[in-house]
Amino acid sequence: MTQFIIRRLIQLIPVLIGVTILVFSLMHLTPGNPAVIMAGESAPEATVKAIEARLGLDKPIHIQYFNFISNAVQLDFGNSIRDNIPVFDHIKARFFTTLELSVWAIIFGVFFGLLIGIISAVRRYSLLDVSLMVVALFGLSMPNFWLGLMLIQYFALELRIFKPTGWGSLEQNVLPIITLGTASAAIIARMTRSSMLDVIDQDYIRTARAKGVKERVVIFRHALKNALIPVVTIVGIQFGGLLAGAVLTESVFAINGLGRLIIDSILQRDFPVVQGAILVISVSFVLVNLIVDISYRMLNKRVDLN
Amino acid sequence: MSNIEESKFEVQVDPVSIAPVNPRLKNFKDFYGRLRKNKAALVGLYVLIILFFISIFGYLDTIFGFTGVNSNATNLAEKLQKPSAEHWFGTDHLGRDIFYRVLHGMYITLGVGFTATFLAAIVGVPLGIISGYYGGIIDTIIMRIMDVLLAFPGILLALAIVSVLGGSTFNVTIAIAIGALPQFARIVRGSTLTTKNLEYIDAIKALGARDGKIIFQHILPNIMSPIIVNTTLFIATAILSAAGLSFLGLGVQPPTPEWGAMLNDGRNYMYQAGHITFFPRYDDRYCCSCI
Amino acid sequence: MKTEINQENILEINDLRTSFFVGKNEVKAVDGVTFQVPKGKTLGIVGESGSGKSITSLSILRLIDEPGKIVGGSINFKGEDLTKVSMSRMRQIRGNEISMIFQEPMTSLNPVYTIGQQLREAFKIHQGLGKKEGTKRAIEMLELVGIPSPDKRVNQYPFELSGGMRQRVMIAMALACKPELLIADEPTTALDVTIQAQILELIKELQEEIGMSVIMITHDLGVVAETCDYVAVMYAGNIVEYADVETLFEDPKHPYTVGLLNSLPRHDIEQDELIPIKGNVPAPDEMPTGCRFAPRCPHASEICKTHPELTETKDGNDVRCWIYTPDWDKEEVSVYDK
Repeated sequence: MTQFIIRRLIQLIPVLIGVTILVFSLMHLTPGNPAVIMAGESAPEATVKAIEARLGLDKPIHIQYFNFISNAVQLDFGNSIRDNIPVFDHIKARFFTTLELSVWAIIFGVFFGLLIGIISAVRRYSLLDVSLMVVALFGLSMPNFWLGLMLIQYFALELRIFKPTGWGSLEQNVLPIITLGTASAAIIARMTRSSMLDVIDQDYIRTARAKGVKERVVIFRHALKNALIPVVTIVGIQFGGLLAGAVLTESVFAINGLGRLIIDSILQRDFPVVQGAILVISVSFVLVNLIVDISYRMLNKRVDLN
Repeated sequence: MSNIEESKFEVQVDPVSIAPVNPRLKNFKDFYGRLRKNKAALVGLYVLIILFFISIFGYLDTIFGFTGVNSNATNLAEKLQKPSAEHWFGTDHLGRDIFYRVLHGMYITLGVGFTATFLAAIVGVPLGIISGYYGGIIDTIIMRIMDVLLAFPGILLALAIVSVLGGSTFNVTIAIAIGALPQFARIVRGSTLTTKNLEYIDAIKALGARDGKIIFQHILPNIMSPIIVNTTLFIATAILSAAGLSFLGLGVQPPTPEWGAMLNDGRNYMYQAGHITFFPRYDDRYCCSCI
Repeated sequence: MKTEINQENILEINDLRTSFFVGKNEVKAVDGVTFQVPKGKTLGIVGESGSGKSITSLSILRLIDEPGKIVGGSINFKGEDLTKVSMSRMRQIRGNEISMIFQEPMTSLNPVYTIGQQLREAFKIHQGLGKKEGTKRAIEMLELVGIPSPDKRVNQYPFELSGGMRQRVMIAMALACKPELLIADEPTTALDVTIQAQILELIKELQEEIGMSVIMITHDLGVVAETCDYVAVMYAGNIVEYADVETLFEDPKHPYTVGLLNSLPRHDIEQDELIPIKGNVPAPDEMPTGCRFAPRCPHASEICKTHPELTETKDGNDVRCWIYTPDWDKEEVSVYDK
């Protein structure tokens, strides 16, 4: 197991290097001189030079990259062009909002996903199963920003149960969580159902029944634990995806999260912030995937053998 | 993922009866068979085909004007109207008819989806084949690059690319295509590896066939069906991503009647007229049911 | 039916019918099966795959999965009709009074729980034993079925055990509560030949020790000869012959039984050559209306187009074949092309 974790950590290195190179090049691939863009088209040459010097843009590219990495490791992504506040402060303030939103969304997704998946599997081919799966299909097909807008329309503007924007209070949080979590719930439900159906037909389920185990125990103890193995992977992937999916949800509900920070910064060409935020999200995503991989190993001990 | 068809009483197809069939035909059958098992995907495909033709009609209409409606023409006197016989989906904040904007915008949204998927397949399939067929250091390099691309979840990679290239229909297409690359490369690589190890490929190699011939005549036909299925499924995701980017104001720019951009336009007026946001998505929802 | 008159039967199955419903089609997997299991004895059920022998055994414990259903008949176990008892009573019986061993030891144990956890569960359900006492009993059971270092094995997962070991664990689990009837559904089919003999020997030993009755389901007549007291031969959902084991091997009556024995190398009689039975078991939707073996039978004639009943012959075999009835006309030629 330790060996496996070490191997996975080593595999992570080239990926992280690639990610940093890509994020680093964002600024340099942009047509035009970034310093000019920051200073504005009509800025005097001296200002441009000053910005170049401050950002280290006058140095050779590999030195710049090296500086970028060594700073990034210390969580220093430079200062925002807009307000000159350190990028990390911007990110720190919003990262937890996005994280909170994503965590609640995945909890929502896992809860309803498992619930619907199990019900569907237990009552397979029944009308209930078919209707639940049709609902899941719609949940999957809807773009989440559209769903968000519809929820605002009916629950915030017409029924006035929840607030249409912001994050923090219960009446603000419910709609974004549903918006972000629905697609995950749908995917988890479908996965749980098909995984449960696979497991329910297995010989060891019959063995359990032959032992006199109650049906409820058969489903929740014998079947579910096996069925969860593929579901855990999906949940992990979903959670990583939610960090990014939050971009749209935050935009719909005007939540001050990391996603919205990225969008605003892109629109205002605030490159250091874009770089920092994208780096933080993708590194979190990679780490989440690593954790998923490891927990998958722990759950499914049989993999060890192969 | 529908399991109804996967009942254990399903009649197994006798492998012998498939063998003599022309490989291309077999692959089509294989593909169709797979698709048919996945009823949702099949319905999605049909819907996509129908929408494809409607969107072509919409496109031609913007050029030749069969309906005589200019969906970009503003008419402030009729702004924010509720759906009626005259304006089926109502009008937006500039008095533009939403039905016609949906119709005329369809080819853009679908076009981005189709083109991006197509581009991803054009680049991703050769990468996957090379990776799987040659293996070794080439394989490692390609797959590590794909891993890096995969490290940017969902829409984030497209966002990063658009942030560099700037928002436009073309750039969005490119961004989505790059985002889809790893998926294609990985699936193709996997299928190539499986096919490469089949005994008959060894036999052909022993006969002295060149790599190019083996790849095009023997490997490609065999991996066609996962490629086609993946392509079909990805179109919907691409459409969603495109609409998402436009919605964020980073994709197709107004006043082009792209659906995501229309939603973004409309949301500011939701309070007065909810129908604006409802309709642009109404169609898209069906078109994406094929995921 | 041939069982000694004053012998007590632990299980009496009467006209059992189990069908699978696929769409509007009914597939009769078990179609009117009748047999008894005398107390303390072993009954073998023999047949090719698809003959309905496994479905019969699963029906006894009502373990038929959707879309299968018991549609008729009775299963009398110690005076109770198992087709009619409540589900909670059924669960009391399962694993406690009637246990079952399955064909696939590799997949019959739950991969995510240890051997001990799975054994303990049986003790917990039927005897209310806690973790400590349960583990102690589990180790005893593992020792009983001949698993070396049981105190270590008890904490291992199924994937850490070989096929033979897993089947021993299955047996330990089945015998945990000292059942009165053990149903062994091809317990050795998936195992190596050397392991097969060990497992069969083990079942036999434990049977004598606990005094239980056994239903041994197999397609292997060798296994039957070694372990069984009585044999029921199944073909296409019917029992075609029922006899005690010596009678069956010495004087098989039904053409199918004869065919089975002829296709098997034997040491107890002289054989010129092995004669395989022609053709295959008919598909359920192509089932002949009369005798189901008729299309493959070398003796089939016009009368075989009606369904024969299971009748007792003077030699003690019960046979479902027109040849052993007064209606049989020796001179008539076969109507089936062969």
